[in-house]
Amino acid sequence: MPRLIASLGFAAGILASTSAWAVEISISCSALGKEYEICKQGVDAWAKKTGNTVKIVSTPNSATERLALYQQLLAAGASDIDVFQIDVVWTGILADHLMDLSAKGQADIDDHLPAMVETSRVNGKLMAMPWFADAGLLYYRQDLLDKYKRPVPQTWADLTETARLIQDGERKDGRGDFWGYVWQGRAYEGLTTNALEWVASFGGGAIVDDKGDVTIENPKAAEALKAAAGWVGTITPEGVLNYTEEESRGVFQAGNAAFMRNWPYAWALAQGTDSTIKGKVGIAPLPKGGADGRNAGTLGGQLLAVSKYSKNADAATDLVLYLTGQQEQKRRAVEGSFNPTIVSLYSDADIAKANPFIGDLVDVFTNAVARPATATGQNYNKVSTEFFNAVHQVLSKRAEPAQALNRLDRDLKRIKRDGWK
Amino acid sequence: MTSAVAQEDAPVPVAARGRRSSLTRSRIRAAWAFIAPSLIILALIAGWPLARTIWFSFTDANLNNLSDYEFIGFENYLANYDGEWLGLLTDPDWWHSVWNTVWFTLVSVSIETVLGIVVALILNAAFPGRGLMRAIILIPWAIPTIVSAKMWNWMLHDQFGVINDMLLRLGLIAAPITWTANPDTALWTVVMVDVWKTTPFMALLILAALQMLPGDIYEAAKVDGVHPVRVFFRVTLPLIKPALLVAVIFRALDSLRVFDLIYVLTANSRDTMSMSVYARQQLVDFQEVGLGSAASTLIFLIIALLVVITLAAGRVRLGEDPR
Repeated sequence: MPRLIASLGFAAGILASTSAWAVEISISCSALGKEYEICKQGVDAWAKKTGNTVKIVSTPNSATERLALYQQLLAAGASDIDVFQIDVVWTGILADHLMDLSAKGQADIDDHLPAMVETSRVNGKLMAMPWFADAGLLYYRQDLLDKYKRPVPQTWADLTETARLIQDGERKDGRGDFWGYVWQGRAYEGLTTNALEWVASFGGGAIVDDKGDVTIENPKAAEALKAAAGWVGTITPEGVLNYTEEESRGVFQAGNAAFMRNWPYAWALAQGTDSTIKGKVGIAPLPKGGADGRNAGTLGGQLLAVSKYSKNADAATDLVLYLTGQQEQKRRAVEGSFNPTIVSLYSDADIAKANPFIGDLVDVFTNAVARPATATGQNYNKVSTEFFNAVHQVLSKRAEPAQALNRLDRDLKRIKRDGWK
Repeated sequence: MTSAVAQEDAPVPVAARGRRSSLTRSRIRAAWAFIAPSLIILALIAGWPLARTIWFSFTDANLNNLSDYEFIGFENYLANYDGEWLGLLTDPDWWHSVWNTVWFTLVSVSIETVLGIVVALILNAAFPGRGLMRAIILIPWAIPTIVSAKMWNWMLHDQFGVINDMLLRLGLIAAPITWTANPDTALWTVVMVDVWKTTPFMALLILAALQMLPGDIYEAAKVDGVHPVRVFFRVTLPLIKPALLVAVIFRALDSLRVFDLIYVLTANSRDTMSMSVYARQQLVDFQEVGLGSAASTLIFLIIALLVVITLAAGRVRLGEDPR
């Protein structure tokens, strides 16, 4: 009997020690386009360095579905996934289930874009590490601006005028399906990002301010929405009210629009070999609301977080720090044109050589406007839904801006009733 | 129950009654033994989730932490906070989604029934290639809804959709129609796609009923020189009515729960939101398991109520028929 206990103890010792040497970490990487391949190379490099193994768990492409899956996994306290790739607006929603990375991430966090760091914090605690950044950009057709001798628009009024001029001109030349400006107007999160850009660029705030006060009902926000509603049916096809990123890219990349609002991913595709507008496209910050307005692109991007239920939290944290570190972010920028969150990389020569446009984006990211996810916490989705539905009503001319904002203000305050949680 | 009472009232000799009841009892026991497995399975896969949903609807459960919730009574349905009425029953979005769903069900099931009868009558006639035709017509029904909805979404696209292109070429419209974006056409578009998809199902059920009809009635009608339209309304329709009613209830049940079609075509837009889309939004997007469960419970009650009404209406009319 003692021998049995001893051998059992020995076996347990072996098990325990092997798991301390080499563990298996599961990471959820997005599998959109190139993302999976680039992610796999990154985790493989870490696995080789540390001797651990990493399993990539594929998750749904749709962001809403992915969040729902994460919530179900985490609410059940499942330890199946150690490292989660999360959207910048999910930190508050998932924070209860994530590990506080404040201590271990402290050394590196100051290198990152402040706006991205802000989205990673909840109540002052660092719950995730920034991985790559995204922001709304204005895409324009350089060849058409040259043809009509117009500069890149600086304000929305400029854009409206230029778009109308080009549209009228092109239509006179027999291109009946040509439009001035396309963007994302479907009633979904993408409309929140678009509309927030208009409102912020006019100086109308960010729906809810840092202190958690609802600020959306103001004349500047109403002015911004009025301008946007004026585009629909004139320089923007009415169908934009059901467009997501890909539909608007479809119109722009087919050469049927002068301007487009989209994320940086559209750049590589617009310049691809099979693109009809290859070499004719430029990017710029989104226009200002007026002379006293500002350039405002909504901040997007992804973070990496460690599950509180992870059985190998130390190794998982190490993986997160490796993937979000300088070396890996540089590799991702060069090979996958993912925008780094580490500020110093924007002046990196290798990145500038591989993807010249990344260097231009640093201003866009530093001026980017964040969605009120931190202030509203678990209620962010409700706030966003109320907002995009109100905007959608204005765009489809079923409500006047002031009236819609008044109702929105009331609804948001009702959601806030007992604080944002 | 009533038959048991009636039996006891009848003047049966004591001995005979004892014998019969022991036989009845053993029969009942055997019946229970046979029914039990399916009852248990039903309770597990339908009863338990339903009971849990109803229970959750009286709590403030949140998807973020499902193990920690409190019983809050009817607050999810209706509650008064400082003189302001809140809760599901006061939410205009909820009532809008109920209205959308009922409208969608009435319109789409009506169109599907009429078209289904027409298609079934055609398929019932003898013509060469009938077997092939019957198989072909089932294709829309065989395609998963999510696939056909996505397919239609691209076909209906206002800029490069094939539908607008065809209509433009035919000169029927001057400018592309924004089918799914315009709130005025969005719900009609959803109805159109639903009709395309489920008319074959209706046609199939009605066709099965048509095949059961005795041929001699029609021969008699022919001999008597009755007009075919009159034959249809006086003979065919009354005879297939029970099957038609079943088909209509099946479809109505399905379309009252409509989710995937609307979700794919118009996402979470308020203009076209159905009850199921509303419940999913509360449950998943907003993590309000309590409120979402309350919405699901109401969907269950509304559907149950409508089915009872439909069945009752059908029975009343059936009862009048024989004269």
